[in-house]
Amino acid sequence: MVEKRLKTSTKVWLTIIFIIFMGFLLWIADRTFDDYKLRVLRLIAIYGIMAVSLNLINGITGVFSLGHAGFILIGAYTASLLTLTPEQKAMSFLFGIQPWIEKLHTDFFTATIAGGAMAAFFAFLIGWPVLKLYGDYLAIASLGFAEVVRIWANNAMTITNGPLGLKAIPEYSNTWWVYGWLLFTVAFISSLVYSSYGRALKAIREDEIAARAMGINVFKHQLLAFVVGAFFAGVSGSLYAHWLTTIDPRLTTMGPMLTFYILIMIVLGGLGSITGSLIGAAIFAILFEWLRNLEQPFTFFGIHVPGIPGMRILVVSVIFILVMIFWQRGIMGREELTWENLYRWFSKLKREGEKS
Amino acid sequence: MTEVARKPQEEVKTSEEFLLKLDHVTMQFGGLIAVNDFDNGVKKYELLGLIGPNGAGKTTVFNVVTGIYYPTKGRVIFDGIDITPLKPHQITHLGIARTFQNIKLFYDLTVLDNVLVAQHHELSNPDADRILKKHGKPPKNTKKFWFWRAVSKLGYIKKEKEMVERAKELIERVGLSHVMYEKASALPYGEQRKLEIARALATKPKLLLLDEPAAGMNPKESEDLMEFIKRLKNEFKVTIFLIEHDMKVVMGICERIIVMDYGKIIAEGTPEEIQSNPRVIEAYLGKEWKNV
Ligand SMILES: Nc1ncnc2c1ncn2[C@@H]1O[C@H](COP(=O)(O)OP(=O)(O)O)[C@@H](O)[C@H]1O
Ligand SMILES: [Mg+2]
Repeated sequence: MVEKRLKTSTKVWLTIIFIIFMGFLLWIADRTFDDYKLRVLRLIAIYGIMAVSLNLINGITGVFSLGHAGFILIGAYTASLLTLTPEQKAMSFLFGIQPWIEKLHTDFFTATIAGGAMAAFFAFLIGWPVLKLYGDYLAIASLGFAEVVRIWANNAMTITNGPLGLKAIPEYSNTWWVYGWLLFTVAFISSLVYSSYGRALKAIREDEIAARAMGINVFKHQLLAFVVGAFFAGVSGSLYAHWLTTIDPRLTTMGPMLTFYILIMIVLGGLGSITGSLIGAAIFAILFEWLRNLEQPFTFFGIHVPGIPGMRILVVSVIFILVMIFWQRGIMGREELTWENLYRWFSKLKREGEKS
Repeated sequence: MTEVARKPQEEVKTSEEFLLKLDHVTMQFGGLIAVNDFDNGVKKYELLGLIGPNGAGKTTVFNVVTGIYYPTKGRVIFDGIDITPLKPHQITHLGIARTFQNIKLFYDLTVLDNVLVAQHHELSNPDADRILKKHGKPPKNTKKFWFWRAVSKLGYIKKEKEMVERAKELIERVGLSHVMYEKASALPYGEQRKLEIARALATKPKLLLLDEPAAGMNPKESEDLMEFIKRLKNEFKVTIFLIEHDMKVVMGICERIIVMDYGKIIAEGTPEEIQSNPRVIEAYLGKEWKNV
């Protein structure tokens, strides 16, 4: 990093113009894309929220959590149970439903906030003892927590409808909701990261003992990052549920597989980089959709390949392992795609152009 | 390493009262007594040296003072407050900062960010402020909800500007402004040592603990560093407690020296007294001469 060259007001204007421009592009996409492409476009935003929030915990603070899917699941169920109407709930719960849950009904926005808040609350409950007592063991404890939540969801028939899951969730996650939430998530987390608190979180990642000696309450700040990350995981869970329209506690939808996918996104984008997480999420969403082709029968250089279900998971895993071995920095490393960096990059290009 | 001297500094006089007092402190690890009944302290505005051969227990004394270890016996009193049960971040907030024998910087952060991190405690340690208030001392921060201010930027931008200005000024004063925006990992060894001291000073300490700051330096470099430390003491009006295993390095700057061996204080006095103390010569210098 070198000294800043762009004025803050310039950067604010550039950002506003950029957001308006992206909004315009989304508006065009929203009107012209077919249904399938639109669903992928929305999935990019949902994955983006998942990746940016996990990156806050794992990449910025250096607390290795593997429990993200657990918070997503909590957010998804909380929000869906709130947006489903009492009649729908009464109909789909074969073994009956807790009456107080049946009666609760809110709009999508309130439901999403509630999903985030519920996830944050659980993060607080498990983060408290785990971070206080074990610190480094959070990876295992959080993975365990996510599995416990999932298995609980599979068994609590009168709350979650068990393995039958929730069906006919309204498809509220339109382009504006998901990208609006993505914007809010990125704004909130960047604002946090580029403040005194963010510096403290990075200091903890770099050297916990030195951070302590500099007066940072390490436990409090780790818990803070964990709870904020979980809140946005819960939010993304709500958006995801209202994008999927059906949720159930299977391994693949909101189990350890999902955490694994989000990890791929943030490692690919560069652990510790917010813009990297966004790029990683977009690449993953598109690549993972495109790899569906592998699961259909296709002809490759004249050789007929039959469709193999689950093939794309294998391919993605192999790609992930290769990235981990040969390209640990990922696309962005810990750098950010900022106006400052773009400006510097362009002036360097220009100078080199003038020289030759 | 002499950039600090911009204006002639008047010498800050050492007072007779203790700023830090270790009251019969013992630190035992299993069967090993690393510090054995340490009963001494640092006087206000003193430049005190703690010397002794490797493994004597010097670093352990610092670790007990900064709250990394809880002593097996005894108490630590700082500025009238019993800090024995306090946590490291609270102790730093109360006014003790330290450096480490093996440099511990935030390597992936810039020099500026390293220094800024050391100011964060002023807005995020209400628990330590309560301790200050309980003892009738002014808290370092009176405003609340800094987290929400930082995220929303409401009532935060001015604070951030102040923090950056203060950090830049400090970096200038210690002569690191030419590497302000470099990552700490890119600095040469000597500058990393300096940055670690600057970062500790950024917490606005009353007492600065330096653990072998001259380790790994040649005689000329250590001499410059000692001169630098002496100037810091006067310019920042800070009390300094300095560990060094090579006795010659600190002879020139320390007003008083404590010598440890096998966890025990074996001598205490002015550099001249220490140099001629037979126990020190036997237990400490004697060993070195035998080696030569
Ligand atoms: N955490 C610990 N656990 C066990 N033994 C320790 C620990 N810390 C220090 N020691 C031991 O205490 C003794 C004094 O160590 P230390 O204070 O680092 O010495 P010095 O700084 O004087 O070289 C050494 O024998 C060291 O091995
Ligand atoms: Mg030592």
